[in-house]
Amino acid sequence: MHIPDGFLSTGTWVTTWLISAGGLGACIRQASRSLKDKVVPLMGVMSAFVFAAQMLNFPVAGGTSGHFLGGVLAAVLLGPCAGAIVIAVVLMVQCLIFQDGGLTALGANIFNMSFIGTIGGYLIYRLCNGVFGRRFIIASIAVASWASVILASSACSLQLVISGTSAFNVVFPAMLGVHALIGIGEAVITCLVVSFVIKVRPDLVYKSEGSHE
Amino acid sequence: MNKKDILFGLLTALFLALVLSPFASSFPDGLERVAEDKGFLEKGEGEPVLVSPVPDYTWPGIKNEKLATSAAGVMGTLVVFGAAYGFAALIKRQKSS
Repeated sequence: MHIPDGFLSTGTWVTTWLISAGGLGACIRQASRSLKDKVVPLMGVMSAFVFAAQMLNFPVAGGTSGHFLGGVLAAVLLGPCAGAIVIAVVLMVQCLIFQDGGLTALGANIFNMSFIGTIGGYLIYRLCNGVFGRRFIIASIAVASWASVILASSACSLQLVISGTSAFNVVFPAMLGVHALIGIGEAVITCLVVSFVIKVRPDLVYKSEGSHE
Repeated sequence: MNKKDILFGLLTALFLALVLSPFASSFPDGLERVAEDKGFLEKGEGEPVLVSPVPDYTWPGIKNEKLATSAAGVMGTLVVFGAAYGFAALIKRQKSS
């Protein structure tokens, strides 16, 4: 759901650029206080994995494809702030080198996928963990990663509506319908990767300060 | 994270980019499909604001489409790895200074 140039009105892309710049600044400040040494190389590895996995479009219904987002995966392993930074780095490289997502829309794309998808998805993961308990961590991750795609595509739809590009009752059902399917792929990939990491290197799963996990 | 873990993670990503990316679905993605169906795709088809060196994950000048995608994927994976690793190291250093 990388928005190209031309879909967003000037007001929308300027506003989302400002919000994303401020949000990234806040994430960087937060990360600089709390980043653990072992997370530094993991951020490089995670970006590389997310970038490569995002290239692998899989077919969903009716001649449409979807691809991995990676926000919840990044946040579960790195924490929400480092996770958001990782997704933002991927989006910047995709925009600057590969013309995937427009330069004017970069702020909106970072807003949707780094903040709504990654940090929003992480909050859902924490909420589910609190409700179901850590024994069902994989179920929580499945719910959160599916929801992260739905949330990000809702934010994207909202920007299209605000920009006057499409009408609410036209774009919302269409976007949510297709992303409900893409979200299943997201959940499958995220659960497989996290299960693998838990098996081989459980210490790499992010633990928030003050958690009793 | 020791060297072995980093190498394992990076090689996994490079495998995806090198071997699997040429076989990815070429159907339009969710947003593109909706834009096409709902008639606003042409809004995004003007000149891009910035002309990227490797548009659409296809290395310019390589005739074989699969190889062009693989090459672009491997380059992108390495660039992203370096950028995020370097950026994370910078953030980390900011703290100690």
